[in-house]
Amino acid sequence: MKRNRRDSGLAALMLVPSGVILLLFVVYPLIKAVWLGQQRCGVTKCTNNGFDQYLDAFRSNEFQDALIVTAKYALITVPIGLVLGVALAVLADKYMRGVGIFRTIFSSTVATSVAVASVMWFFLLNPNVGVLSEWIGGIAKTPGLLQDPRSALWAVSASSIWANLGFTFIVVTAGLQGVPKDLYESAYVDGAGGFSRFTNVTLPMISPTLLFATVVLTTRAFQSFGEVDLLTEGGPLGKTTTLTYLAYGSGLPTSNDDGLRATVSVLLFAVLLALALVQFRGLEKRVHYGN
Amino acid sequence: MAQVRLQNITKQFDGVTAVEDINLDIADREFMILLGPSGCGKSTLLRIIAGLEDPTEGEVYIGDTMVNNVMPKQRDVAMVFQSYALYPHKSVQDNIEFPLKVRKVPKAQRAAAAIEAATSLGLGEYLDRKPGALSGGQRQRVALARAIVRNPAVFCMDEPLSNLDAKLRGETRAELIALHRRLNSTFVYVTHDQVEAMTMGTRIAVMSRGHLEQIGTPQEVYDKPSSVFVAQFVGMPPMNILPAGSLETGTHLVGVRPEHLRISPDQPLSLQVQLVEQLGHEVHITGSVGDRRVVIRQDSAAVMPAVGSVVQVGAAENGRHRFDAVTEQRIAE
Repeated sequence: MKRNRRDSGLAALMLVPSGVILLLFVVYPLIKAVWLGQQRCGVTKCTNNGFDQYLDAFRSNEFQDALIVTAKYALITVPIGLVLGVALAVLADKYMRGVGIFRTIFSSTVATSVAVASVMWFFLLNPNVGVLSEWIGGIAKTPGLLQDPRSALWAVSASSIWANLGFTFIVVTAGLQGVPKDLYESAYVDGAGGFSRFTNVTLPMISPTLLFATVVLTTRAFQSFGEVDLLTEGGPLGKTTTLTYLAYGSGLPTSNDDGLRATVSVLLFAVLLALALVQFRGLEKRVHYGN
Repeated sequence: MAQVRLQNITKQFDGVTAVEDINLDIADREFMILLGPSGCGKSTLLRIIAGLEDPTEGEVYIGDTMVNNVMPKQRDVAMVFQSYALYPHKSVQDNIEFPLKVRKVPKAQRAAAAIEAATSLGLGEYLDRKPGALSGGQRQRVALARAIVRNPAVFCMDEPLSNLDAKLRGETRAELIALHRRLNSTFVYVTHDQVEAMTMGTRIAVMSRGHLEQIGTPQEVYDKPSSVFVAQFVGMPPMNILPAGSLETGTHLVGVRPEHLRISPDQPLSLQVQLVEQLGHEVHITGSVGDRRVVIRQDSAAVMPAVGSVVQVGAAENGRHRFDAVTEQRIAE
């Protein structure tokens, strides 16, 4: 009994540093953001509108538009990114000469910062000098892919998919390493072709990895900021104004209002929390975690 | 007809030879055991038969057809893996149905076949369970059911009992023998366990370092081992190999099975007793003759020598095996 109490005391003492860090850098900012999100702030002072501000902000056209843009952005980047990542990982999961070079190339984008990737894509998509613009629309196409309201979100998505491909590739490759080779051989002897082995062995066996990648990619999509800021600054006509960019507020009603920015940030947190819950609840039934 | 014929089979992995120049005829409906220690090439040979490895040289025939360039699914071969290789996300029934499903067998027909295969192996009540909810023995049966469901011409089994405990292994051995009789198919079975080999096989192919050492019935392999390797690999405790000139004059080695060594004052060899192991029904007496370790197996009712004592041992003429001291091959009688 005495020893138990002493062990508990020691455990509590060990947890203090982590607890302090958690309180200072997670709990306090969250509470502060929820409090700040109830304020409208002018240049000199703030007025408290209570929790109604969250409802008003959620119902506002700006928020609804940004939510739709963000959802579209996620719906474009997550499935395409996943399919490409899985395809590359499966292709590179072979024992062939030189496959290590491909693995390095495919995973290299994970070491590229969003800023570098965005600048690179900015030039690739530039209507005057960009290679991609030339391929797609011809040199000096105006407006450019990033400036055309119809294509801007797709263009930003392309940059994001490319930047996240390395992450998906590495995670799925790791998942593939854990699939017992016996399962493939057994299916092969039983008569399963390549596609059948992929659907009956590979996909179910890496389903936990796919769930993880889906949740992370969706969260990243909802939090994406760098690409939007560097490539389009939320334009044209707000077609790429995502929730994080709305919270940032450059040139938007949220600019110079810390209160409104906090409101949007807290709402984004709520949306992400709800999404993660829905993803885990909805997809977990289809996920197999092994024996 | 499902005889399997291997002709001059050699397999190399990155320049390392796994099996070399193997010739083996497995008769239709035979229960052939590939026996040998780890790394001897027995699994490689089985995988070549199943089509999971291509031989570097040589030809594989199933029936009268050369199958070197035939896909596994067209070879009419089923494989049972050491790990069972069950699909953990599929139910027992879906696992068993899988070979039929990929062959586009209608749903009702494959369900009926799966239920029949499962029931024949006592799995009828576990059809809806996932493999993770089954014991090792039950999983092993699911793997067998998946193999028998499509009634293949040849069954390839790669150490299917090695993950089971000793008691279950004994029971399953008997069931496999019964299954072989019932299915009337050709079985090729890889194991390093000589008890499995001796009790199950109609013939045993003993392998060492990528070569076939001996092919014969279990009794032939036990009674007339073709080399020192086979003599010491088959039989427990292994055959004693006595130094040249100790029991007989000449330069050859003399092998004596532990049960053929007799303790008696009139015997020629002096054995320093180091260990006496009482096993209940028999006793193993371990000692040394010169620098050789020698084991004697005798009835537990016999008089036990004391540890540390020196006793005289020897063997009758019909209990002796003679091997060339250089090649270690059996010397023809």
